[in-house]
Amino acid sequence: MLSMNTKRPVNLDMLSIKLPLTAIASILHRISGFILVFIIGFFLYLLDCSLQSESTFTLLVKQLNQGWIQSMIWLFLSAFIYHFCAGIKHLLMDMGYGESKTSGRIAAGFCLLISVVISILLGVWMVC
Amino acid sequence: MLNNATSLSRSGLRDWLIQRATAIILSAYFIFILVYLFRHPHLTYYEWHALFSNTWVKIFSVMALIAMVLHSWIGLWTISTDYFIARFQGSKAVYIRLAFQGFFALLLLIYLLFGVQILWGVSS
Repeated sequence: MLSMNTKRPVNLDMLSIKLPLTAIASILHRISGFILVFIIGFFLYLLDCSLQSESTFTLLVKQLNQGWIQSMIWLFLSAFIYHFCAGIKHLLMDMGYGESKTSGRIAAGFCLLISVVISILLGVWMVC
Repeated sequence: MLNNATSLSRSGLRDWLIQRATAIILSAYFIFILVYLFRHPHLTYYEWHALFSNTWVKIFSVMALIAMVLHSWIGLWTISTDYFIARFQGSKAVYIRLAFQGFFALLLLIYLLFGVQILWGVSS
């Protein structure tokens, strides 16, 4: 660390940096993980309701049709699918696949595309 | 370089490995629950209760819960040490970082205890 040049120029204006596709994929991995941390608390509460007794289970099943709970489930699954795909991409890269600039960009795009398609299909399926 | 007193294992390499190992456990658990739900479209309380009263499912669930807490901590720690640094917030950075880490440490501890109570409380 001592040999590192500590006076390197730093771009302070984050918004002036144009994010490439791989950076967007990376920041979304963080955002989706951050969202999941919060929603998991809500899902633990639902799990508690589902296992307490038959009456709380029945009540929960009825409540599941409510719009805001459906939205929470959709948000959870969408965030999870993206986080999952991006995680698989990471594991593959750890194993040495797709480490070049081009393949990294393709993997990031593929990851985004797959999760967006699944999220939309999921939303349509839940509404219908 | 940031002080790593709050990192999970105080070793970047070990954190990296724990993050991957917990990711695999979480993926397996998610797929397990998803497959179960698809195979039981008209799920009753008795089926659901029977699933979670199985000792192996309890072990797998608590394992996934612990994996989720560790995985979340490593991720949140990484976020906090990337964005709440002196270069961005100056001398206030350390307080913001510790507040952020303290909040999530508490939240994840609550998740862990609440989750264990739910899962271990299911009568066999």
